[in-house]
Amino acid sequence: MNALRIEGLRVSFDHPLGVVRAVDDVSFALRPNERFGLVGESGSGKSTMALAIMRMIRPPGHIDGGDILLGDTNLSTLSGDAIRRTRLAGIAMVPQGSMNALNPVMRVGAQVADAMRDHGVQPRDIDQLMARVGLPAGTVEKYPHELSGGMKQRVCIAIAICLRPTVIIADEPTSALDVVVQRQVMRTLAVVQQDLNAAILLIGHDMGLMAQFVDRLGVMYAGRLVEIAPIAEIVRKPRHPYTEMLIASLPSMDHKDALRGIPGLAPLLRDLPSGCAFHPRCPKARDRCRAERPLPREIEGGVLAACHFA
Amino acid sequence: MSFRVTTPLLQADRAGRIYGSGMLGSARTVALDDFSLSVGTGSPSITAIVGESGSGKTTLARLLLGLTTPTSGTIRYRGEDIARLSGDSRRAYRTDIQAIFQDPYGVFNPFYRVDHVLTTPVRKFRLASSRSEARALIEQALRTVGLRPEEILGRYPHQLSGGQRQRTMVARALLLKPKIIIADEPVSMVDASLRATILGSLRRLTDELGISILYITHDLATAWQVSDNIIVMYRASAVEAGQAEAVVKTPAHPYTKLLVGSIPQVSLTRDWLATEPDVQRPEERDAACRFADRCPFTMAVCHTQRPPLSRISPCHAAACHLHGQHADLAAEDLNDVLA
Repeated sequence: MNALRIEGLRVSFDHPLGVVRAVDDVSFALRPNERFGLVGESGSGKSTMALAIMRMIRPPGHIDGGDILLGDTNLSTLSGDAIRRTRLAGIAMVPQGSMNALNPVMRVGAQVADAMRDHGVQPRDIDQLMARVGLPAGTVEKYPHELSGGMKQRVCIAIAICLRPTVIIADEPTSALDVVVQRQVMRTLAVVQQDLNAAILLIGHDMGLMAQFVDRLGVMYAGRLVEIAPIAEIVRKPRHPYTEMLIASLPSMDHKDALRGIPGLAPLLRDLPSGCAFHPRCPKARDRCRAERPLPREIEGGVLAACHFA
Repeated sequence: MSFRVTTPLLQADRAGRIYGSGMLGSARTVALDDFSLSVGTGSPSITAIVGESGSGKTTLARLLLGLTTPTSGTIRYRGEDIARLSGDSRRAYRTDIQAIFQDPYGVFNPFYRVDHVLTTPVRKFRLASSRSEARALIEQALRTVGLRPEEILGRYPHQLSGGQRQRTMVARALLLKPKIIIADEPVSMVDASLRATILGSLRRLTDELGISILYITHDLATAWQVSDNIIVMYRASAVEAGQAEAVVKTPAHPYTKLLVGSIPQVSLTRDWLATEPDVQRPEERDAACRFADRCPFTMAVCHTQRPPLSRISPCHAAACHLHGQHADLAAEDLNDVLA
């Protein structure tokens, strides 16, 4: 069984100028112990997806279709009480802004204990938990302002794993850290994941980090998944032109050439281009792309792409 | 050794900044230690200042911008101490040196529309002779950084994303066509694909308009792509400096090597997580070399003697005892190894 399966998920936001569909008919699955990445530009819907999976979308946003299956539990139909019990215990999130995710006037050990108590678990072995995420003894007694950015992110990881969830969602967990600390934190995340045999959904826009960390990658564009493939396949041979350009826009340490951004702008979600949403920016676009929306299809074993010419 | 004909436009001359705290300032934090650098000498170039948080890179930017006063040394504009500038020279300094800041939240006044930060410089510096000309200038600057003017103008700051706000600030700097831009982490909050676009437009400012840029970042990869020179900072001092190619391709200081090795690469070789954990010996934190507690090559001399900059090649210097066989480079001659 999959650790997490998303089936036809749709999330919309009501806006005075019309409905904005931030996540549009997205399906993918995470196997137990798998590291799955989700990349896309800001506004592509990747963070909204994370919030939707946690059932944390707030008005004017709402989930208007699809299933979120955590093991055999359908999160999309759970009651408020049941979903609160499932968060942290079954599926936990390491937030993006770990700098601001902790309570500044509470010792960090107490914050971990709080999370456990809230789920009816007697807090214990918090020192051990802190050691598992690589924090020195005595950290429980510290306040967030006494910790570095990397240490704060480790505390957030400790909270995320305190009830041994089967799925961990990490939304740009290292975007505010320098590369040296980033590698240390990601190493810790990998260790605790193996410890728990949990699946990780890593959300971000750094293709380098994805290439080094995840097993499979999903690429989002304008609220839709345009490619899913094992990471080696994506690095070796990206099938969707958007994926190809995303990789090319990254500064390479091997060769220095003119910086190539992706020309044009990400489309407005409430006013998507006809057919393939990427066609105005795509160098390979033809008439068919303007007229007909490509659906994700299997190109070869395990490689899906939503492009007429993949 | 250092012999300069022209007076640099902007210069940090043995500048230092110490923050005191605690009883009678007993707990001192050295944010920047005896740092010298000239910007805007010779042909226009981009110099990247690379370092982790707390390395002193933002302190350097604030000193050069006159936002913080040095506790030792001097910041000079056209040879004059910026603390003593008056009248015309002060106005010239404020025009010639522009800033793009790290935090796209703090720079906007939430009570004004976004237009305010763009129309103010146009008005103050008389960049346009009519309202429509001003509008055209502003729209062009916004498009250069990948924004749709109709989505930006007329909005309040809270209605824009962090990336949109940051790009608006880059557009504002473009409007003024200054001689030097000090950009403090200008792309740390925008997407990789846009990062390339913004950095590409900064590069064009240097190549086409002759603006020198000090690019302050923690990202060595973009620094290498966009810069002519790189200065690597670690705990208040430069540990390595030189032409970008030399610093990144043949890093000499163990800290720079650690930085280069920590960058996750889009590659089929997956060795990023598997490499040996980084060295950490907190008990050696007070060694003479400030990197000794994290260095895999620490020797006895590192505990007792602070390594001076050694000139490894004409365009490359590093402050490490491993390179002690080369001639010393005085800290105030740092520019000698820069292009």
